[in-house]
Amino acid sequence: MSIFEYNGSAIVAMVGKNCFAIASDRRLGVQLQTVATDFQRIYKIHDKLYIGLAGLATDAQTLHQRLVFRHNLYQLREERNMKPETFASLVSAVLYEKRFGPYFCQPVIAGLGEKDEPFICTMDSIGANENANVIGIELAKDFVVGGTASESLYGACESMYKPNMEPDELFETISQALLASVDRDCLSGWGGHVIVVTPTEVTERKLKGRMD
Amino acid sequence: MTIFVGGFVFQFDGFQKKAAETMKHAHGTTTLAFIFKEGVIVAADSRASMGGYISSQSVKKIIEINPYMLGTMAGGAADCQFWHRNLGIKCRLHELANKRRISVTGASKLLANILYSYRGMGLSIGTMIAGWDETGPGLYYVDSEGGRLKGKRFSVGSGSPYAYGVLDDGYRFDMSVEEAAELARRAIYHATFRDGASGGVASVYYVGPDGWKKLSGDDVGELHYKYYPAVVEQEMAEVTIA
Repeated sequence: MSIFEYNGSAIVAMVGKNCFAIASDRRLGVQLQTVATDFQRIYKIHDKLYIGLAGLATDAQTLHQRLVFRHNLYQLREERNMKPETFASLVSAVLYEKRFGPYFCQPVIAGLGEKDEPFICTMDSIGANENANVIGIELAKDFVVGGTASESLYGACESMYKPNMEPDELFETISQALLASVDRDCLSGWGGHVIVVTPTEVTERKLKGRMD
Repeated sequence: MTIFVGGFVFQFDGFQKKAAETMKHAHGTTTLAFIFKEGVIVAADSRASMGGYISSQSVKKIIEINPYMLGTMAGGAADCQFWHRNLGIKCRLHELANKRRISVTGASKLLANILYSYRGMGLSIGTMIAGWDETGPGLYYVDSEGGRLKGKRFSVGSGSPYAYGVLDDGYRFDMSVEEAAELARRAIYHATFRDGASGGVASVYYVGPDGWKKLSGDDVGELHYKYYPAVVEQEMAEVTIA
């Protein structure tokens, strides 16, 4: 079994109309053994920027600490928050530093930019960026997924996603996509965690799910 | 890969090896059975998985061999289904030849001997044969390695350590059928909670002097919230930041 599948995870981010949502499961396991059902996989960088780290949990936590450290240094020097695009570049650079001994994580980044335009992206464990929503370029996919349930998530998102959803509908869609996907994966699930961000407010919800 | 069977040398080629690997299906499982005052209780989950993927949540892992005997399924799904049906045929033939039903001891030995004759050829079966015969309740564990054990309490599959934990703690010989069924259901539920490869529906069967009867089939997704109704941590919570 791959080291990326050691703990199990499911992360998804979607873009809506002037908003975005990021969601994850809550399981922490050691292969098939479920150890915790209140595990946090989505981390806040600032009020309008979040990162979900799928893959090996120990590396996810370490990587998160390093990213917070680098963001703090940036804030001290620039006296402002990072733009999502900048942060994505930072994550990519931090990951590539460990090209030959990588963090076994797949990041999913979601944020609102300077003009409150939504941004989501994902990359592999050594920082190759896969940008899904570039302003001015109309791309078919406005969602990104990661983790052991990523194949199921692709299927669910591909069929449930619509462009320009309002925050309430976006929450419903991302939640249903997450819950449907983790029900086909042994290694993720045991509840969900959803964050919806609009220019004026952040809504965080815990989802009840199947506990098997 | 070389396998020795009765002086002959079996050689698996690349394709045969691949085929044997893909057949290893429905590996994750929780099944249990125990004897108590009123008879035998048999219970199982219903998930089939291939690696991390859940291929079904509605598998019948308790196989009805005849009206007085049940078999459980862990390991290869096809192997278990085929050899249980084969055992059913042999039991019926025994009944016709001897004008009385086969004992659980006899049936389990029939299966164990067949499995032993295929030992080392890649069969994957971990089963319990439970039933009621002239001597009362009977329970045997039989596996594809050739093992056959008589006992009062067994659990088989990847979720069995968790099921044993609940079962060993709650077991008493003088339980009522209702108490025994609840214990079995709870053991299966706790196994599905901790084991990623177990889940779906917790089925519970009872075998008494009048044959087997299915007592319940509960979706463990609902059982969780029945057993743990007011866990605030898992309630829908709305937190507004900033």
